[in-house]
Amino acid sequence: MSEVLQIKDLVTKFSTKKGMVPAVRGVNLSVERGKTLVIIGESGSGKSVTLRSILGLSPQGTEITGSIKFQGDELLVKNEKQIQKIRGNKIAMVFQNSLSAFDPLYRVGKQVEETIKAHRKISRKEAKSIVIDLFREVGIPSPEERRRVYPHEMSGGMRQRAVIAMALACNPDILLADEPTTALDVTIQAQILNLFKKIQKEHGMSIILVTHDIGVAIEMADQIAVMYAGKIVEYGEARQVLSEPSHPYTQALMASTPQKEMSGKIVTIPGQPPLITNMPEGCAFSDRCPYAESACTKASPELDLLTEQHRVACFMQDKMSKEA
Amino acid sequence: MNTILEVKGVSKSFPVKGSFGKSKGAVSAVSDVSFSLKERGTLGIVGESGCGKSTLARLLLRLIEPDEGEVLYRDQDILTLKGRKLNQIKRKIQMVFQNPYSSINPKMTIENNVAFSLWTNGVSKKEARKKANDYLEAVGLPRSYAHRYPQSLSGGQRQRVAIARALVLEPEIIIADEAVSALDKSIQGQVLNLFQDLKKDFNLSLLFISHDLNVVEYMSDEVMVMYLGKVVEKGSAQHIYSNARHPYTKALLNSEPSMKVGVSNLDKHQLIKGELPSPLNPPSGCRFRTRCPHATAQCGNAQLPTIEVNTGHHVACHLWDMGTGSLSQNKQSDVLPI
Repeated sequence: MSEVLQIKDLVTKFSTKKGMVPAVRGVNLSVERGKTLVIIGESGSGKSVTLRSILGLSPQGTEITGSIKFQGDELLVKNEKQIQKIRGNKIAMVFQNSLSAFDPLYRVGKQVEETIKAHRKISRKEAKSIVIDLFREVGIPSPEERRRVYPHEMSGGMRQRAVIAMALACNPDILLADEPTTALDVTIQAQILNLFKKIQKEHGMSIILVTHDIGVAIEMADQIAVMYAGKIVEYGEARQVLSEPSHPYTQALMASTPQKEMSGKIVTIPGQPPLITNMPEGCAFSDRCPYAESACTKASPELDLLTEQHRVACFMQDKMSKEA
Repeated sequence: MNTILEVKGVSKSFPVKGSFGKSKGAVSAVSDVSFSLKERGTLGIVGESGCGKSTLARLLLRLIEPDEGEVLYRDQDILTLKGRKLNQIKRKIQMVFQNPYSSINPKMTIENNVAFSLWTNGVSKKEARKKANDYLEAVGLPRSYAHRYPQSLSGGQRQRVAIARALVLEPEIIIADEAVSALDKSIQGQVLNLFQDLKKDFNLSLLFISHDLNVVEYMSDEVMVMYLGKVVEKGSAQHIYSNARHPYTKALLNSEPSMKVGVSNLDKHQLIKGELPSPLNPPSGCRFRTRCPHATAQCGNAQLPTIEVNTGHHVACHLWDMGTGSLSQNKQSDVLPI
């Protein structure tokens, strides 16, 4: 098994008026070649911050500790210049809001060209033909003309395709996608998700996809990591995690999504996630958890093996399995 | 059940001006929409962005004036009313908007936010505050929150305030326009449950607008599907979700990510091609025909009938019985280029 990316004990702290505040509190993950890892969680759970930490896109004054290894190469020790060689080249990113991913004053094709020229020594003419090929690959109709439009002249779905084309420009090993379909309609979302599957198959790249939508996770994930309050609470092979969710939070998250032919009340999680400025001691989910005992409020559980491919961070696993 | 709100042939188009104020035509946002909402029932309206569902909601309350049509609230046409009479009816129809960050006043306390609409309707300050507190409790906010400002509340709590504000005038109809779309999944469930409870407790009729098919199915007795300003299909939730007849409804349902582990919905079905055409010059006849895999020359005819295929189940497609199979079984040559 070849791991392209390995994250160990990642802690990302933001500088605020109240001092350094941890948004990510000890994340361990790895991504295999050609596979898709889905990070799922609610807003504020630290999933996007984890993604941004990989590429050094955090705001100034952010403190990142731990280790992020890309093909065995430590990223956190690299300076801005060295990381620029990797960013957009070996590791590319697709953001949620495609409108802000482009500069509104330049033509879309030109901006994709720039990305290619920043990393490869080729002529404008060559770059131009690569852009046209890329646009064709991501399903933009009449790429010759679309190359010359400005970002605002494209529809949301089309612009997201262009963003994906830009991300693919240097044939990256890893594609980071931060809620790439959240702003899109379902029919367009379906098209974009299928596009991700297609380019993954053709380029053999790894994808880390961040989402809050369980449906998207079910469609896309090989591996899945469930995040809550800056930590991974459940992690493993997607099918196992999703069919036998073991952390009370994962269970609640899945139960609180309305599904086909569901009746009666939706099972919900009482309360709301803790603020990062005010993290409880022990398990961050303990105050909303129906199984919590005194042990949960004292120490924070670590990810434990449940099966070979399935880890969960919860003290109450024995109790839960007895009750079930 | 009685009908509490009946909408007949409502249309609205917005003029578009080009450079130098020259008219460039009109965007047909809502075109000839008719439906009825039953007393204590829930009608769900689904459709993608730009299909006119939010414009429709605003037309009903005359936040935007419709070009034509009738909106009958208990047999009174809202569109012809004026002044005090109109205000009386507006009290009976209240709206909850999508974004609780912009829909409630950040410079007023929670209590005043809710009490404000009572004051404008001539209720004394004291009485209005008391009532506001009662309704804040009804939506599940602790009393201690009454004097806080919206900024100290989370999105879910703000949406509860917005709901309390809608309820305080004791309406009979609530229009919820994407009221849970901005919320996280675990909070969304809480607010959906709240809507169900309040509907029962206060005998409300609900017009529930959302782009989320699962949420609409869970909430609604009846469902109406819109595409580019037109109703393409309406009927009981069961008919729409288990026996959809319009190609667009089918496509919409097929595009929804699977909720069953190990089953990919997207791999199984053929997806619809392309994107929404411009509403500036919508296609003639059936507006979906430019993306429809079954479209024939006839679909361009201006006068296409809406067919009742089952009791209360209407489909705006003359090819509705063309094979009950899913889209995926037809026309392999049209498979999406992705």
